[in-house]
Amino acid sequence: MTEKTVLNETHRALGARMVDFGGWDMPINYGSQIEEHHAVRRDAGMFDVSHMTVIDLHGPRTRDFLRHLLANSVDKLKVHGKALYSCMLNEQGGVIDDLIVYFLGEEFFRLVVNASTRQKDLAWIKQQAAAFDVQGSTSVAGGRMPGATDVQGSTSVAGGRMPGATDVQVKERPEFAMIAVQGPNARSKVIGLLHEVDRSRIEKLGKFAAAAAQGPHGMPLFVARTGYTGEDGFEIIVPQEHAVVLWEALLAAGVAPAGLGARDTLRLEAGMNLYGQDMDETVSPWEANLGWTIALDEGRDFIGRPVLEAQKAAGVKRVMVGLVLDDKGVLRHGQPVLTANGTGEILSGSFAPTLNKAVAFARIPAGAPGDVRVDIRGREVPVRVVKYPFVRDGKPCEGI
Amino acid sequence: MSEIPGDLKFLKSHEWARAEDDGLIRVGISDHAQGQLGDLVYVELPEVGASVQAGTGVAVVESVKAASDIYAPISGEIVEVNELLNDKPEIINEDAYGEGWIFLVRPSDRAELDELLDANEYEELAEKDEH
Repeated sequence: MTEKTVLNETHRALGARMVDFGGWDMPINYGSQIEEHHAVRRDAGMFDVSHMTVIDLHGPRTRDFLRHLLANSVDKLKVHGKALYSCMLNEQGGVIDDLIVYFLGEEFFRLVVNASTRQKDLAWIKQQAAAFDVQGSTSVAGGRMPGATDVQGSTSVAGGRMPGATDVQVKERPEFAMIAVQGPNARSKVIGLLHEVDRSRIEKLGKFAAAAAQGPHGMPLFVARTGYTGEDGFEIIVPQEHAVVLWEALLAAGVAPAGLGARDTLRLEAGMNLYGQDMDETVSPWEANLGWTIALDEGRDFIGRPVLEAQKAAGVKRVMVGLVLDDKGVLRHGQPVLTANGTGEILSGSFAPTLNKAVAFARIPAGAPGDVRVDIRGREVPVRVVKYPFVRDGKPCEGI
Repeated sequence: MSEIPGDLKFLKSHEWARAEDDGLIRVGISDHAQGQLGDLVYVELPEVGASVQAGTGVAVVESVKAASDIYAPISGEIVEVNELLNDKPEIINEDAYGEGWIFLVRPSDRAELDELLDANEYEELAEKDEH
């Protein structure tokens, strides 16, 4: 059964071409994917990302739990509203998912995870939370984990808890829709729709931070200055029943509807990984250019850490690089990449509308790659290996 | 979807063929196909003078989304290609049945045209394809 977001009828009324995306009936474009891409780079566009999964974690030991669950360190989150990008790894150091975690209170964190991984993520998080509770209880006696030997831990050992109660409650929030508004003019267009009392506060909201605000007719919004396009903007979580009104208000404010097609070319140009294509459970963050998200902070026992440390010491055999094709043609997922050290593969690849040529991420054998070629349907085409992002804030990056 | 011109014949794989007054066969892809592919960014044209077999791949169109082989609806020799597509592949998106033609064939056996779908049959197929 295909799932639909609350904006499904709205997309169809706008003439969207709908496709199945991980079990969701979503707009791929509303006419021209390239025009939607340019609208985001040059002005403001919006995406329905309500298929993404919001998971709230509550409880006194939530921060401790996230220290264990995530490869990045939630100890970096010191100010309420601040967000952090992280991988969630399995014991083998493979990526179960990438996500954003928001710090909303000492006992309240919010995760936004991918749509395609919803079920396995929820199962994993619940399983880990349950195991963590058990560990937490025993650790009080063993004193294994500083910070876990708190009041809550002691009472739980004393049996003072409700039966079935846990230290970390995992709660999915399917009643939320989500709209990403992105582009150089995105923030001002959103701020214009907020209640006057909220405007200056949201105007000052820093990058990778979120705050509550009132939208049109006082609807409650969770406004995050995050995104997946390489442009400034907001990702807005809104109760489903208000999503259509918010969408229409954004449309009236001159924000262009943009489909998942444009979202994909925008994030590729911006150098952002797509889960399932650029990394998965068989890939370590080191091999997906996500080393910057791994925090090997002293004494933090996170899932996958021993494997990541061993890989770091030994060096990984595969690396992820950016490719640019200066000739005609399009780099695409699955095409073989020929290097001096053997054959790799294109992960995400596409025509990049801002650059008017094709770019890609590829995973290739480690070491100096020499002259690199891509096999495009039997034709060997020379490509350049580059550092990415390819595009930032509307402009091609240097060397692209 | 735009109206399908009645003088066109189609392959199931969405190529159209039009018999011109001079006996040559002009070939392109359907409006339905361009819509499915989305914005086209690159067209790999055949060589003028090449001989082609009906039902075999002779060109490639690439959209942002996907690459798609273009099959010859009829056997013969390529006598002209639409060079405009080198710089403006989006012409196919804008005018699939007109300015967006891809190549022109001198047919070796015009009877092959009879094996193609007519506009009504193709329209039916395209509608099913839509959902």
